[in-house]
Amino acid sequence: MAEITREEIIKPENLVYKKTDLLVDRALSYCPGCGHGTVHRMLMEVIEEMDIQSQTIGIAPVGCSVLAYEFLDIDMQQAAHGRAPALATAIKRLMPEKYVFTYQGDGDLAAIGTAETIHACNRGENIVIIFINNGIYGMTGGQMAPTTLPGMKASTCPYGRDTQIMGNPLKITELVATLPGTCYVTRHSVHTPANVRKTKRAIRKAFELSYANKGVSFVEVVSNCNSGWKMTPVQSNKWMEENMFPYYPLGDIKVPTV
Amino acid sequence: MKELRLMKGNEAIAEAAIRAGADGYFGYPITPQSEILEYLMVQKPYETTGMVVLQAESEVAAINMVYGGASCGKKCWTSSSSPGISLKQEGISYMAGAELPALIVNVVRGGPGLGTIQPSQSDYFQATKGGGHGDYRLLVLAPASVQEMADFVPLAFELAFKYRNPAMILTDGVIGQMMEKVELQEFVPRWTQEEINKISPWATTGKTRDRERNIITSLDLDSNKQERHVLSLERKYKAMEDNEVRFEKIQCDDAEYLLVAFGSSARICQKAVDLARAKGIKVGLLRPITLFPFPKIPLYKLAHQVKGMLTVEMNLGQMVEDVRLAVNGKVKVEHFGRYGGIIPNPEEVVNILETKIIGA
Repeated sequence: MAEITREEIIKPENLVYKKTDLLVDRALSYCPGCGHGTVHRMLMEVIEEMDIQSQTIGIAPVGCSVLAYEFLDIDMQQAAHGRAPALATAIKRLMPEKYVFTYQGDGDLAAIGTAETIHACNRGENIVIIFINNGIYGMTGGQMAPTTLPGMKASTCPYGRDTQIMGNPLKITELVATLPGTCYVTRHSVHTPANVRKTKRAIRKAFELSYANKGVSFVEVVSNCNSGWKMTPVQSNKWMEENMFPYYPLGDIKVPTV
Repeated sequence: MKELRLMKGNEAIAEAAIRAGADGYFGYPITPQSEILEYLMVQKPYETTGMVVLQAESEVAAINMVYGGASCGKKCWTSSSSPGISLKQEGISYMAGAELPALIVNVVRGGPGLGTIQPSQSDYFQATKGGGHGDYRLLVLAPASVQEMADFVPLAFELAFKYRNPAMILTDGVIGQMMEKVELQEFVPRWTQEEINKISPWATTGKTRDRERNIITSLDLDSNKQERHVLSLERKYKAMEDNEVRFEKIQCDDAEYLLVAFGSSARICQKAVDLARAKGIKVGLLRPITLFPFPKIPLYKLAHQVKGMLTVEMNLGQMVEDVRLAVNGKVKVEHFGRYGGIIPNPEEVVNILETKIIGA
């Protein structure tokens, strides 16, 4: 077989995969190895494939993804810490023809914003909630989160989370699945190509269900935080498989009944 | 067409919002303003004008729903009373920072804390000096009648959109609960999407190919940019001070003494002016209608005419600080207040005027 030169490989007709145009051309603010960038990409690929850029309004939280609007080429609002589901509620009710999603971390969604999360889910708002769970407050420097595992170390539980003193990690995803207002509750990861594809399919399904007025579609992505966990990206993914997945098992928790 | 009705102040606000073409109301029950949400749920504007009405899980959620709706260029509003308004301060600060137009109604009750459900004016500082964190101002309107409760709703929306800034109607349990004749304005249709795109091109309505994406945020991590943003807010507040001061002067032309009062206290002072004049004391009343921007210049001018001023407020002396700043030592300014839900009566106002100002 003849040698293929670099020039031939990068010819447009040989292109098999490229970054979606809906991701803005600028460097992400996330640490190398973090899952946020991959979820951003899956999200924007879904919006591009569904051709709903002009119909989509996203909400950025407070946390590592506070600047998500810098990277996603759609109209976005930045919410106060934990309040994204309240914003989404109003947007969707005032503009029911739009796709509305929130993008939130564990501190935002499962600690300070618990009330907004539970009530938006319970009312059955026709929105998508994308929940990135890495068991730590990444942006503020690695403090204990509502989802920090028992024994797991963080800057505010430097000897490991002692559940007798600090309480238990909150499985908010299982909790919202019990509410009548959620139609689709599922948990995924983006640490292998197969999992990335599953996450993308889940995001697409969530967008389709929210548009069909089925209630809240809730997609959790268990993710690593190699900086906060003080590991290399590879180590952190292994640690996530061995420790996070047993506590936060991947897969569908609630699927819509036909 | 215009319509005459006998209504409670709270009901008048709710009806006026429907007629003003409001798009969404988000609230949480609290005395003495629960009639607003109750009235709206009876009227069901979502079936007529299309206005969304939603009882939120908290005041915090309600103000953030207003943030979400306002970010889409919609006319959104919420109402509460003092403890609930404290909870909304985070959201109000974010809206001021993100420059979002909206209406917030505070039907004030006495505080601090849970305080009382009876009327008070003790949220003056909170309303006019910011309230939440950071450098910002609200446009603050203080109605003194049920008619003004209705009239100030479209006015507040107009000013809020003119300046891209939250506006507050600061009223109290007296005006909220009392019934008066009110002339209601004609129904104004809600803005169409085309109108919203024209009026608020910054709104998040879905990015189309013909424009850049719209982002609503109060965050800027670049200190230079954040400073420029705060300075642009300052220019806006200055423009409000230049253009939007509203006040009413009652019997001020020949006044030797001046009462200064807003809202329900101004109603009481109107009677006090009559009582004092019957005794031969030449008293006038200046009623600030906008509490921010404050009528500094009219007060400064009157300071050159009168021998003394008395502010009458249902608080420990809040607006009196702004009056003293306005007159800048030119004339004596004293304060008279009642607290905890007690409403001053006109006789005691005249009595205090005689002892604290005239006889002093």
